[in-house]
Amino acid sequence: MNAITLNNITKTYNKGTVLAVDDVSLTVEKGEIFGLIGPDGAGKSTIFRLLTTLLLPDKGTATVGGLDVVKDFKAIRGIVGYMPGKFSLYQDLTVEENLDFFATVFKTTIEENYHLIKDIYVQIEPFKDRRAGKLSGGMKQKLALCCALIHKPEVLFLDEPTTGVDVVSRREFWEMLKRLKQQGITIMVSTSYMDEATMCDRIGLILNGKVLSVASPEATIKAYPEQLYGVKANSIYHLLLDLRKYEGTINCYTFGEYLHLSITTNEEQVRKYLQEKGHTDVEFKAIEPTVEDCFIRLLKHEDEQGNSNKDK
Amino acid sequence: MKQLLSFIRKEFIHVWRDPKTLVMLFGFPIVQIVLFGFALTNEIKYANIVVVDNAKDVASQQIINKIEGSKFFSVQKTLMTPSAIDAAFKEGKIKLAVVFPVNFNTDLLHLNKASIQVIADASDPNTATQLSSYITTIVADYQAQLSPTMSAPYSIVPEVRMLYNPDLKGAPNFVPGVMAMVLLLVCVMMTSVSIVREKELGTMEILLVSPVKPLMVIIAKAIPYLVLSIVNLGVILVLSVYALDVPIKGSVLLLVFESTLLILTALALGLFISTITSSQQSAMFASMLGMMLPTMLLSGYLFPIENMPVVLQVISNIVPARWYYVIVKAVMLKGLGFASIWKETLILAGMAVFFTGLSLRNFKIRLE
Amino acid sequence: MKMSKEIVIRTNKLTKRFDDFVAVDEITFDVHKGEIFGFLGANGAGKTTAMRMLCGLSIPTSGEAMVAGYDVFKQPDEIKQNIGYMSQKFSLYEDLSVKENIEFYGGIYGLSNKQIKEKSGELIERLGLHNEADKLVSSLPLGWKQKLSFSVAIVHQPKIVFLDEPTGGVDPAMRRQFWDLIYDAADKGITIFVTTHYLDEAEYCNRVSIMVDGKIEALDSPEGLRKTFSASNMDEVFYKLARKAKRSAD
Repeated sequence: MNAITLNNITKTYNKGTVLAVDDVSLTVEKGEIFGLIGPDGAGKSTIFRLLTTLLLPDKGTATVGGLDVVKDFKAIRGIVGYMPGKFSLYQDLTVEENLDFFATVFKTTIEENYHLIKDIYVQIEPFKDRRAGKLSGGMKQKLALCCALIHKPEVLFLDEPTTGVDVVSRREFWEMLKRLKQQGITIMVSTSYMDEATMCDRIGLILNGKVLSVASPEATIKAYPEQLYGVKANSIYHLLLDLRKYEGTINCYTFGEYLHLSITTNEEQVRKYLQEKGHTDVEFKAIEPTVEDCFIRLLKHEDEQGNSNKDK
Repeated sequence: MKQLLSFIRKEFIHVWRDPKTLVMLFGFPIVQIVLFGFALTNEIKYANIVVVDNAKDVASQQIINKIEGSKFFSVQKTLMTPSAIDAAFKEGKIKLAVVFPVNFNTDLLHLNKASIQVIADASDPNTATQLSSYITTIVADYQAQLSPTMSAPYSIVPEVRMLYNPDLKGAPNFVPGVMAMVLLLVCVMMTSVSIVREKELGTMEILLVSPVKPLMVIIAKAIPYLVLSIVNLGVILVLSVYALDVPIKGSVLLLVFESTLLILTALALGLFISTITSSQQSAMFASMLGMMLPTMLLSGYLFPIENMPVVLQVISNIVPARWYYVIVKAVMLKGLGFASIWKETLILAGMAVFFTGLSLRNFKIRLE
Repeated sequence: MKMSKEIVIRTNKLTKRFDDFVAVDEITFDVHKGEIFGFLGANGAGKTTAMRMLCGLSIPTSGEAMVAGYDVFKQPDEIKQNIGYMSQKFSLYEDLSVKENIEFYGGIYGLSNKQIKEKSGELIERLGLHNEADKLVSSLPLGWKQKLSFSVAIVHQPKIVFLDEPTGGVDPAMRRQFWDLIYDAADKGITIFVTTHYLDEAEYCNRVSIMVDGKIEALDSPEGLRKTFSASNMDEVFYKLARKAKRSAD
């Protein structure tokens, strides 16, 4: 039995004028860490709310833990843990009071499932009498995670848990998630940080309500259609402008130190072109794409599809 | 200078595009002028009074004619016994009674002095004072008319008796009003804001996605304010009895029971408001608009309902405070029992049930 | 990349103290004209406080700083007139239209009506917002808002523009479009002072400074930093530095 299934789920807002989720189908296996990767407004939060039974789909069916999100919503609400996007714990309760409250709400106690949250809780335990509102971003995330776990959920839904949190805390958070996996908890997590995609077992790339691809990070990368190159020269900006004007360019964009380039021609021809344009110190190397490259590729594909549909 | 102009222009745009601000800026003053100018008035018209003419002679008839002719009074002429008059006051059917003694004219002619009994319901001291002074004026008028034809100086003395509040203290009037306001303020506004805050912060989402039954959330939110309100009520009553000298003539238990009904209605209203607003600000705004204002203006507390245009009188029927006000005055000031206020109690209870049902139905177990 | 010799920001032991707490601890650095200068650091490291001092929004406790030729102590108003500012939290008025926003900020910065008209036209053309010019900003998607914010921040051709985490929450392609605008501005001589959480964006900068516990612990080109910290990307550089921080703990 799959932990999560979505079958042709569609959701609109505002009497059908806003299409938030567009015919999405995917499955998540038990014990998997599944990452929903996409920018703001892509539909991640809506999918989470549909799965946690906070919203009803317009079309399609979905199950969590084998239970139907529409018919069995009460049962689902007892077996999931949820950390919504907007940070939401009680700011004027202390760390301990928050944890206590959520434990009681789920008819358990802190002691009963302490082993689950121990690794995380020890980091914030020194602050257990501090009001939640006075914690740093990273600490708040840890507390929220503890509160979502305290009742030993079967499925954990984390909606952008690392947004706005510093790099160190982000890494620590993902380490914690990996350890949770060992407890057999299925985790569905959304993020707009592409680099976090590699920490997941499988990822779904989502944009404008559509899931563009579902596969492991490695498989996603393997599926990249062309050879990607990293190019560098003395003046990055002008290099970018010139390469964009180049006939043989499929796509060219900035990516940190290098520009990423995919071409229909070959290295030699590009070098010749660049030399004509007066670029010096040109570096050119073949590189492996990252999840972000895949995303950008898919974006471009969607864009082109959209444009060709307009022409029809 | 240009900076300033640019800024000012922007501020105008903000105001213009914010409907709530516009309502407040333009709506409120207009509503207020209309209400206060035309509808709400302390002036009394057609107050229900009873005239008991035991004399049935020329003088009494003439005075009664004058009274009937005045637009202040809606006169009922009957022969009532003192206890019947008393009962009529208790039931709130009349605001004033004028009693002419049997030998009115005779006394006037022979003794050059006669008296008229004027009894007023002083649980609303303002009204009582006004009405009795109207009567006194009418009598004085009559007296003045008579002078030329009478030989010796004479006088008609209206003996005014103020019922329920002989010292004409303002407190008996405003204490019930304050009670209603306070209970409503705490319960409606605080409850609605508290629930909406959970929505705003996002904690409501987590609560919904948990085994917690929505009903539990509501009850848990309402109870602190219920308790607080009863405590508040106790404090007000103690203060009014010992500090303001306003005794509780009727049953305290009954008073508490009725107040609890009002509290429940208010809590339900607060809950209802929380289901239709999504920010704390609009919850407060709705509480103010939907609760405080009608309570202050239409409950009969500041402005007698009988003096309002019919439209407002009808609307005042759905303001819970209006019924509560009547109940409290009856129990606290007139010492009446349940038998006299069962109708109002039923209405209040009905409101409590209605609003509770409405808001429970409205309470969303999902996010949309 | 060759950097212009002209210095537009210079600080010397710039410090900001709040009672006992030293938020910014004697930072010293220069920024050259036309540079894209990345100002990084964890939450609580002191970046925002430092930036506020440079924008003339907060008076330093001690030290010296010159921004766009003006002294931060004595001439904060002149500084404000010569810089642009954009932050993620707020930049445009949601209930004003695109055009109204441009007109407003143009007016604030003292542009003449003619100039505002010209600039409006240019901006709207450049961003492709012809159809949206009279629509309320609230109806634009986030990515467009960001680009518009930036353009408005430089509507008066300031010497320096300060960007406080400008690219949160948009898809990678949108972010890059945003940086296209930054590159273009830098090319035209506007100095860019930007803070960001996206460490890959640090790579787009000419030089990057990393603040830890109120001090600048590293300042170099991205290349230089990678070498110094034997890291393969900025993420690792940052991670290695931030790990040592005491302040990020709570």
